[in-house]
Amino acid sequence: MSDEITNDGYDQALEAIENGEPYALECPDGHQSMPPRRVCPECGSGNLEEVEIPTTGELLTYNVTHVPTPDFADDVPYVLGIAEFDDVRLTGRVQADAEEVDVGTPVEVGLGESETTERPLVVFELA
Amino acid sequence: MASAHIAGVGMTEFGESPERTGRDLFAEAGGTAIEDAGIDRDAIDALYVGNFMGELSENQGHMGPLMAKAVGIDAPATRVESACASGGMAVRQAVTDVRNGEADVVLVGGVERMHNMGTAGATGGLSVAADDLWEIRQGITFPGAYALMAQRYFAVHGGDREDLAHVAVKNHANASNNPLAQYQTEISIEKVLDAPPVATPMGLFDSSPITDGAAATVLVSEDYAEEHGLETPVAITGTGQGTDNLSLAERDSMVQTPATEDAGQRAYEDAGIAKDDVDFLEVHDCFTIAEVLALEGLGFYEEGEGITAAREGETTADGELPVNLSGGLKAKGHPVGATGVAQITEMTKLFRGDHVNSDAVEDATVGLTHNAGGTVASAVVHVLEVAE
Repeated sequence: MSDEITNDGYDQALEAIENGEPYALECPDGHQSMPPRRVCPECGSGNLEEVEIPTTGELLTYNVTHVPTPDFADDVPYVLGIAEFDDVRLTGRVQADAEEVDVGTPVEVGLGESETTERPLVVFELA
Repeated sequence: MASAHIAGVGMTEFGESPERTGRDLFAEAGGTAIEDAGIDRDAIDALYVGNFMGELSENQGHMGPLMAKAVGIDAPATRVESACASGGMAVRQAVTDVRNGEADVVLVGGVERMHNMGTAGATGGLSVAADDLWEIRQGITFPGAYALMAQRYFAVHGGDREDLAHVAVKNHANASNNPLAQYQTEISIEKVLDAPPVATPMGLFDSSPITDGAAATVLVSEDYAEEHGLETPVAITGTGQGTDNLSLAERDSMVQTPATEDAGQRAYEDAGIAKDDVDFLEVHDCFTIAEVLALEGLGFYEEGEGITAAREGETTADGELPVNLSGGLKAKGHPVGATGVAQITEMTKLFRGDHVNSDAVEDATVGLTHNAGGTVASAVVHVLEVAE
């Protein structure tokens, strides 16, 4: 997979996360989702605007991944989690040991990279 | 609505055969099904092939025509892909063709070659059933995704790894005498709990294995069966499908599977049955937690209560509602594109009396199969009944 291939919508959203200004897309009914989207996945509305989401959220669940895909061969073991920020949830790397986290742990979203591919990824620091 | 009658079934041994091509596996299963049905190859009106990752495992797409010739037929042939639900979705297409009169005889099968990819390659291959941008690039794997669901389940509803271990122990026991199963060995609770972690809280024995294999079945219309004197003791009387957000994080809940709920409700309505009519099930237990979520989604347990089903003996071979008498994906094996078809072939044999575990369901008249893709972004359910 070439690093030159870009993904409009996703790349900009990651950049915003890196800058500490994460955003989601919101329709007039208040449904939030992550880009790229042309319509709201909940109601189909094409009227989407970028809205700021908080940088801190709550860890809803996590695992410790020991058997990775080839793109993360040198990263294991790592803690992977899903955290909620306002009405959107993100999947990301938890920058902590498993003993330090639990369901409900507050986290702050940021940008890191895979140790294997150096490709960017969403990370959660303990808040 | 008309039923699609099961005229014949076939399945390869499930296990480790990295040297065997997908076409060879499919040819064996398809040929066995045709022979079991006692039909001429010329009679087949259509072929559907379930396969998930042939492009990644053996550089092979466009499997419809390839598999048609592999089994020696000329019928219009199409591959169906819905991740680990590919096989079940192929069956659904076949059932639809028979019911609407498009075809009198359909061969439907599924196939997956996985061991030649190695563990890392297969883990990477399976991961493409998730969302590339917001899941795969963050390091999700399928054991990891189900681990996220299990951890959330423990937090919301309680339960622990030992409850889930009973699912693995049950399904290994069911497979222990199944000559086609990958693991024909019983295991202990301790062995499950002490196994190396894949993605905590899922350990090696919470996970279905990497499997090579194929399965196939011949479906015919009732009229065709009568005209040609075919024995079709089992029929597919209902089918239902559901779809959900692809990524787990986008779901309202990580401990509910609405796609399963929708597929189940639609299949019950389609067959004109209630869930209480179901005598036994084959459900998609790619991980131990998946069996729990399936039984809750299909309505057999209230949310949060399915986790003790195996532990309490309710879903064991001698329980009130036997689940995965074939050994399930967990112990029979999970060649992903073949799994949904193998559920049909195994259940057919369980009904017919020629399965090693048939005695457990001697008086059964209604069975249900449940096949899921991804973290249940896709689900397909079929109702099988003893034909009158």
